[in-house]
Amino acid sequence: MNSKVTTDSLLYYICALNEKVLIMGSVSIIVLLFSALGFAALVLAIGKIFGLSSTNPEKGQPYECGIETKGVTWIQFNVGYYLYSLVFLVFDVEIVFLYPWATVLKEVGMVAFVEILFFTLFLFMGLLYAYKKKALTWM
Amino acid sequence: MIQFSDITSWIHETLSGLLSPGLTFLAELVLAGVAVLAMVLVFVVIFVYMERKVAGFMQLRYGPNRVGIWGSLQVIADVFKLLLKESFAPDSVDKLLFNLAPYLVLAVSFMALAPISWAPGLQMWDTNIGVLFISAVSSIGVIGILMAGWSSNNKYSLIGAMRSGAQIVSYELSAGLSILAVVAMCGSLSVHDIIQSQADGWWIFKGHLPIIFSFVVYVIASTAECNRAPFDLAEAESELTAGYHTEYSGMGFGIFYLTEYINMLVVAMVASTVFLGGWLPFHIYGFEAFNHVMNFIPSWIWFFGKIFFIIFLIMWFRWTFPRLRIDQLLKLEWKYLLPLSIVNLVIVAFITIMGWHF
Repeated sequence: MNSKVTTDSLLYYICALNEKVLIMGSVSIIVLLFSALGFAALVLAIGKIFGLSSTNPEKGQPYECGIETKGVTWIQFNVGYYLYSLVFLVFDVEIVFLYPWATVLKEVGMVAFVEILFFTLFLFMGLLYAYKKKALTWM
Repeated sequence: MIQFSDITSWIHETLSGLLSPGLTFLAELVLAGVAVLAMVLVFVVIFVYMERKVAGFMQLRYGPNRVGIWGSLQVIADVFKLLLKESFAPDSVDKLLFNLAPYLVLAVSFMALAPISWAPGLQMWDTNIGVLFISAVSSIGVIGILMAGWSSNNKYSLIGAMRSGAQIVSYELSAGLSILAVVAMCGSLSVHDIIQSQADGWWIFKGHLPIIFSFVVYVIASTAECNRAPFDLAEAESELTAGYHTEYSGMGFGIFYLTEYINMLVVAMVASTVFLGGWLPFHIYGFEAFNHVMNFIPSWIWFFGKIFFIIFLIMWFRWTFPRLRIDQLLKLEWKYLLPLSIVNLVIVAFITIMGWHF
């Protein structure tokens, strides 16, 4: 935190923050997970128990604006989506590398900046390569 | 003034007086789960009502106005209607994945709430990787969407899911980079530290133009990640009926709908925490009288006010911009937002090194 401003009105908040922190820790992920799963199970069960249900032969068909569906759905799909996800994978890994860098940038200083300059340069060249190869153009 | 932390510590003391430590812990876990669930549901009900009212007023009509005062009970009525509808699966679906997908998307959007700091001292998990955790967990949601779309065995669903997958993974990059800009300036990934570092001014004011740019990019990217208009190609109703949840009915559909709003809540929380100071009040340096008046407003009003501001912004987009085509959408991300975000991050790093930010 910057020490430029030392208004005592701010201290109220900072004190409130430091003194009475009630932390559950990483168990909170499991709490949230189970509350979400429990909620989903509950509302779906309510629908099952109280909902009305009737069946007829047409009901089980896939929805397609009233006409019968033709052919299979699970076919080979447009490769365009796949290319984007490949490029994404490369860039996402590089961004994950940037996270630890960003946290220590202030402490390490100029060295970190120069290193990241090269890093992003390579990142950019990769992007340019993908651009040139038309991987970023929708087909 | 009563703080949220007073309430939590009062609950903790009361429970410790009544129960053994282990049981206290368990009871607190259950209470926390129920509390977050209730909070999120109330938020979502307000958002749905707000969405319809905002949409109405932007189109010079009233929106819901029959059930309750100004239609305020319309959403409750809709929830009851959805609860009593049959949740039906067509014959040709992949039963396992079809039934699993709603659970997955809901669980993932809930888990992203863990490191959020709601008020001073009210944070479930004060971890040192808070922001990374949120962006990591919330990106698992795309698997649920792909599962739902593929298992439905419906062409609309499949196309919608594929579009959604391409869109969410693409826009994650610029969302991550714009958060990284603040992380670089602040030097910590912890939500607690990021909020504390803004005690002398929110990052959007302290960080000059690059952070304002990051904020704009983050709002655009998060709108796309939530599959909201103008990026709602995944459920473009005029071409794909309802996209990846075409085959879901009843509460199965309701859970996808709920998840969309919870995701909006999460991105609004992240945007307000990272860029707009979380629950910290608005301060002008050296203007003590004004600062004291601002401090008098409780922190939860600040936090929720910022959340509603971001949500309103996202709703405003919906009625302002026409829907993009898939090639335009991917072009916007890969040819404009991503290169600009990378350059922006380098500029931010330079400003941080030189100490030019406030």
